[in-house]
Amino acid sequence: MQALIRRLTESYGPSGSEDQIRDVVRGEIRGLADYVTIDPLGNLIAVVKKKAKSGKKIMLAAHLDEVGFVVSHIDAQGFARVQLFGGVNPLACVGSRVRFADGRLGVIGIEARRDDLTKVPAVNELYIDVGATNAADCPLRLGDAAGFWRPMELAGRRLIAKSLDDRIGVAILIETLRSLKQTPHEVAFVFSVQEEVGTRGAGAAAFGLEADVGLAVDVTRAGDTPNGPRMEVRLGGGPAIKVRDARMIADPRVRELLEQRAREAGLATQREVLEGGSTDAAAMQIARGGMPAGAIAVPTRYIHTPSEMVELGDVQACVALLTRFLQRPIEL
Amino acid sequence: MPFDILAHLKALCAAPGLPGHEAPARDLLRAAWSPLTHWLETDRLGSLCATRQGGGPRPRPRLMLAAHVDTIGMLVTRLDGDFLRMSRLGDVDERTLPGQLVTVHGRHDLPGVIGQPPAYLLPKNGREQVTPLSELVVDTGLPAERLRALVQAGDLVSLAQPARELQNGLLAARGLDNRASVTALTLALSELQSRAHAWDVVAVATVQEEFGLRGAGPAAFALAPDLAIVIDVTFGRDANTRDLAYRTFPLGGGPVLGLGPNIHTGLHSAVKAAAERAEIPYNLEVMWEHSGTDAFGIQVAREGIPTMVISIPVRNMHTPVEIVALADVIRTGRLLAEFAAGLDPGFMGQLALD
Amino acid sequence: MPPRKASNTRLPARRTAARAAKSGPALAPLDLDLVRELSNAAGVSGDEGAVRRLILEAIRPYAAEARVDALGNVLAVKPAARGRQAPRVLVAAHMDEVGLMIVDHDSDGALRFELVGGVNERMLLGKPVWVGPRRLPGVIGAAPVHLVSAERRRAVTRLGQMRIDIGAGSQEAARRQVALGERATFATEFDLLDGVFRGKALDDRLGCAALVALLRGGPYPVTLHAAFTVQEEVGLRGARVAGYALAPDAALALDCTPAQDLPDSRGRENTQYNARLGHGPVVYRADRRAIADHRLVEHLAATAEANGLPYQYRQPGGGGTDAGALQQARAGVPVASVSVPARYLHGPAALARAADAEQTLRLLQLALAGWTASVLKRP
Repeated sequence: MQALIRRLTESYGPSGSEDQIRDVVRGEIRGLADYVTIDPLGNLIAVVKKKAKSGKKIMLAAHLDEVGFVVSHIDAQGFARVQLFGGVNPLACVGSRVRFADGRLGVIGIEARRDDLTKVPAVNELYIDVGATNAADCPLRLGDAAGFWRPMELAGRRLIAKSLDDRIGVAILIETLRSLKQTPHEVAFVFSVQEEVGTRGAGAAAFGLEADVGLAVDVTRAGDTPNGPRMEVRLGGGPAIKVRDARMIADPRVRELLEQRAREAGLATQREVLEGGSTDAAAMQIARGGMPAGAIAVPTRYIHTPSEMVELGDVQACVALLTRFLQRPIEL
Repeated sequence: MPFDILAHLKALCAAPGLPGHEAPARDLLRAAWSPLTHWLETDRLGSLCATRQGGGPRPRPRLMLAAHVDTIGMLVTRLDGDFLRMSRLGDVDERTLPGQLVTVHGRHDLPGVIGQPPAYLLPKNGREQVTPLSELVVDTGLPAERLRALVQAGDLVSLAQPARELQNGLLAARGLDNRASVTALTLALSELQSRAHAWDVVAVATVQEEFGLRGAGPAAFALAPDLAIVIDVTFGRDANTRDLAYRTFPLGGGPVLGLGPNIHTGLHSAVKAAAERAEIPYNLEVMWEHSGTDAFGIQVAREGIPTMVISIPVRNMHTPVEIVALADVIRTGRLLAEFAAGLDPGFMGQLALD
Repeated sequence: MPPRKASNTRLPARRTAARAAKSGPALAPLDLDLVRELSNAAGVSGDEGAVRRLILEAIRPYAAEARVDALGNVLAVKPAARGRQAPRVLVAAHMDEVGLMIVDHDSDGALRFELVGGVNERMLLGKPVWVGPRRLPGVIGAAPVHLVSAERRRAVTRLGQMRIDIGAGSQEAARRQVALGERATFATEFDLLDGVFRGKALDDRLGCAALVALLRGGPYPVTLHAAFTVQEEVGLRGARVAGYALAPDAALALDCTPAQDLPDSRGRENTQYNARLGHGPVVYRADRRAIADHRLVEHLAATAEANGLPYQYRQPGGGGTDAGALQQARAGVPVASVSVPARYLHGPAALARAADAEQTLRLLQLALAGWTASVLKRP
């Protein structure tokens, strides 16, 4: 699974520019589903057809896109001024490397003569330097998008990579699709677009699919770092089952069923009570006449920086839990 | 009155029903609405939809009367020794929390108090100001070990002040936002039993209004009504609001009729006409952008739904001592019944713009 | 002074249009009299009736079908030149404008108001307004500078301190003249001189006028669904239901965007101008509400380049157009936005150049005229 995660996290795909990462995922899932489609917004949808009459229609979502930068101006010296796609952590920017769709690398700089050097950088103080010497020489255009660039690394039982949010969810969906030998349900694996700019892809996909139950697989924060976020979730504690986040309250029936399936399989889980951020499930829950929805989250440190960290055991447990969830009856 | 409104309202206010977890209040309501309607169903997110079939020819147009049944409260984020830390579900007012009575919905319900830590335990900037929710604790008095056996992260915490009857027909209670409006719906359904109405009337107790208006849009999508009226609370006038720039409304002055982009002008006029027919006093509230109610989601469901907002004035909104005038609840219920009974089968034709 | 006639002004030659017209659909010009009427009409979000009536009148002979939906959107159809399989493309322009809404009558007859949409508080003081459907004149006054302290003179006057004075004199008289919930707009008469428009509500009456011209021309190889939407300025609300009702294959928002191309007071490069006057139609790649579909942006850019039309990319960043709501309609719709650049939008008097508006219309006409199945093909 590590090789898969490497291929996914080392691919390019800021919000709205998911063509490359979508092609990578398409290659990984070839032959595994009954059919695969790309919808009008660019979501990649792989469907495993229903095998039993009592089966339900389940929508799973993991988003393809990653946070990033979009060029808003090329100044006279050839520096690209930027805006952000998604909640990029500005503290993680200075000195970081970014990559554009054509593979071109750039480094993020910051205006040195700022009003207050102790303050978190504002986005209009940042720029991307691609080695251009003046505006005419700069190959970028307004609207070109870049993502962080870093190779994946292994640190003990943990992985460090850019865009684990949410390529780790993508990897979990792919592994689940591979390991899912039998299911009574129709399962739509949705690799969604534009989550980081407001869960735009998954909402549309949910409307189109009209599923009975929806689950997002995404990352959540972990409270186990020095003076860290105030939450109980920790790396190595197992999949975090969503209770609430900033935009949604998980359907209690979905949450309880996930917890029950984990108990049956002897898998440890945690409860995710998140005050900032949300996932595709928030949009799925209110599509059409509503969809009972929840989420499984991988505890993750340093989210929206070039060096996100997860524990492999948590990831494998997510695959095991999701597989079991899909193999068993789903009655709410 | 065919039923005891005060008892109904008090019972509703006593029932827990945090956003996304409305089952206790919904169950109570199901029992109350079931004899008053022809069929009931709970939609996919938990909104209770109760239909009174109209007498007009098919296909019968449908009127949606929606009031949210969820109330604000808190949620356990983590255990901190003998104490619980919490986050809000809905816009809870921290100023009123220290010393407040709560119920922790753990393995079983536990009584608790919201503890205010002494100043020297708070971050420096928190000493002079109102203590933020993140610094307050829920204290059940139990030792850590026992607490851990009964409560886990994600468990709910309800505000727990019991209702109290004040002078002049006023009631103080937790959750009058929006159980007062739900009671007006019950009353309207009850009145319609003895009145002919051509349209189907669907009373909907919506979910998750206090958490981003999430339940009403999907409910309206599923029902696809021709018209919708949302009943919610608005700001009652008292010593605390008299000097605010916002125009507030006297308790006992009758229902408050909304106006603005969220509201269909023709529908507004028709409701006003119904109030005048039934000699019900009313006030007008200008909602210049977002109405802040379920109408915001309902109006843009499907191809768009003409929507109206009727509000009941409530004092001390989003505290556990909200106050309402029973007379306003009753008048709102009567107004809904009067409007619904007065709808003729061709009413939609009169609503067309231009 | 009598209003200047639109025909007094020379507009840029339409050579590209004439060339394209030989083989393609008819390309109707921007109707400057209509621009004037639309700009002068009052249509604050939620109260678009006056604008809607003008538009219905302007398109009636040209659209195959025009209806008004439950929220007040005007939805019109121009069938494709041939074939029922033609792609269905929605073009949306919003009818509403930002403005004021009356919320209370003071005891002395002054009117309290709130802002509808993103009106800049700094632009209100000392401006005349039209109040209500009868366009009652009123003013937003200011205490004489002689009487205010130096400190207060420097402070921006906040909304809570402002009132509209219609000269009523008493609360009762004010109530007789103006009902609660009536809207007010800036009282600015449209003006056109030397290729420059000056008026209120150019956002988005310029888009509306261009969309009318799209309906008057054609037919195109696509079925054109024109949506003149309501309540854009209070959250893209009309577009949301229009998108649901029409479920198009692609959608374009036709709007007006701020040109903040003013000099920096410290002489530094202005890196946050959003768009520039005189640089042609503004094509969006990303704003706060939508990331434009790459295929549509490519089609618009290629159309402009092939026809020698100038265009500019809008700076990615804040703001949003109806495209944000249209993209989320049903199972999703590929969207893009094209705007006319204009200065001082959301205030009493915006400025735009006729050439930018004409070229924006031309870009849309040519993009529709040149639409083929390959536009939405994925690589």
